[in-house]
Amino acid sequence: MITQLLINSLVAGSIYALIALAMNLIYKASEIPNFAQGEMSMFSTYITFLLLTTFGYPFSIALTGTLLFAFLLGFIFEFLFIRRAKEPNLLGFIIITLGFQLVLFGLAGWKFGSDQRTFSLPFSETEILIRTESFVLTEHNLASIIIAIFVMAGLYILLNHTKLGLAMRASQQNVKAAKFNGIPTDRILGISFGISSVVGAIAGILVAPVATLDPTMMWDPLIKGFAAAVLGSLESLPGAVIGGLLLGLVENLFGYYVSLEFKSIVAFGIIMLVLFVRPSGLFQKHYIRKV
Amino acid sequence: MFLEVKNIETYYDKIKILNGISFSLEEGRITAILGNNGAGKTTTLNSIMGLLDDQPEKGTILFQDKPIHRMDTHKIVSLGIAYVPEGREVFEELTVRENLMVGAYLRRDTKAVAGDLEHMFDYFPILRKRIKQLAGTLSGGEQQMLAIARALMSRPKLIIMDEPSLGLSPLLVREIFGIIEKINRDGITILLVEQNAQMTFRVAHTVYIMENGRFVMNGPAEELKDNADVKEFYLGVREIESLKGYQRYKRKRTWK
Repeated sequence: MITQLLINSLVAGSIYALIALAMNLIYKASEIPNFAQGEMSMFSTYITFLLLTTFGYPFSIALTGTLLFAFLLGFIFEFLFIRRAKEPNLLGFIIITLGFQLVLFGLAGWKFGSDQRTFSLPFSETEILIRTESFVLTEHNLASIIIAIFVMAGLYILLNHTKLGLAMRASQQNVKAAKFNGIPTDRILGISFGISSVVGAIAGILVAPVATLDPTMMWDPLIKGFAAAVLGSLESLPGAVIGGLLLGLVENLFGYYVSLEFKSIVAFGIIMLVLFVRPSGLFQKHYIRKV
Repeated sequence: MFLEVKNIETYYDKIKILNGISFSLEEGRITAILGNNGAGKTTTLNSIMGLLDDQPEKGTILFQDKPIHRMDTHKIVSLGIAYVPEGREVFEELTVRENLMVGAYLRRDTKAVAGDLEHMFDYFPILRKRIKQLAGTLSGGEQQMLAIARALMSRPKLIIMDEPSLGLSPLLVREIFGIIEKINRDGITILLVEQNAQMTFRVAHTVYIMENGRFVMNGPAEELKDNADVKEFYLGVREIESLKGYQRYKRKRTWK
């Protein structure tokens, strides 16, 4: 049973980690907690559904289309709403993200209806890959873990070994210095939003088969992802991954050994605990950002 | 003119910081702006670099006869102006190497960039030893050298430096000024803002003196050095003393 628990933790944790990564990418770049993240993922997942089911494209094209859409969604969100904010403060930004969340939520309800839909991916959540006495591993389980690892590796390479990544990290640390070194910081922030949105969309596609696709699909995963991000520190990308995995583990152990009904309070409990004990998360930075 | 600033006025909210200042740089020379704290030196530089939103309020700035005022900073940089800010502002969580690569962000000639990286390590041997270290772990002097090297990595025509001697020991100050002269000999025009009058008069060709957001005096360094007011207020030389060794009267600025 413990093997099964570990597998479940890993799968849930991978998805939380992706959502946490998406949040941290934006938080690091702009210090904005993007509460529209979940709805952006949900909306992108609907695009996959549309391309896959309504238009009948093969999965590869649907996926490419979705990721492209997600990138544009993030980029345009930054361009149209975040960049326009004059002399913004944190509260203002939070209101903007909440507003955008409501817009997307309403749009999805109006355009796609609020029925719960199912759609099939190449990796099914009912197709069993390995079955032993102690555990069951489905295609979806394995795919989630592998895709999460790919995304993380991709982000690592992007941030540490490309010019764009260098520009992103430089802008995160010191916007003014990035500017006078010739980095167009506005555009870089837009790209950061786009990349974050892509990561979120991938998480959405992984969540959809398990949770069924409807406009409220990402509410629960987003809270969990946010908890994971807070746990690992909003400022650290490895922190987001470890926070996600840790949350997945704690949640599943709690669900099995303590109470299945109260499984979802674990995320809130962790947010509270972290805020009490170590407000900046487990993997806080060494250097304090100068304002 | 290489860089020409005409009548710029800059405001912070409703407070006027620069009262219509004008100056120009000659290509290939070191021009310095001297002034006390709060005179408006850094604001002048920030106005040139486009680092203040919607400022300067009035006036024009021409770089090689092209207007650059109110342009986006990264576009100004792409014209060949590099900036070494007050307080260095290196990227603390990037390595020394990455900091230098950020300096070369706008360049597309990868091979030449690699060559320039080597060139920087010849200029500043200490940075070679620190190449993989995070910039935040460097000492103040090393950070200053890194900030200068980072500016050089963009192969600029003009380098604007804001108080490179700030917070450094006299020995390091001399080294930094030596580097500034060396850079200038390699053909790069320099606009230097300083409080250290002695060193400034030693390296600069032309000096402007700024007080309360306007220039009160300017001229070739050689001439200005002998001006009585400059001697009294910037170089700390007291001319008229009584036999007992104290000043008979308090000198007033004649440039009011």
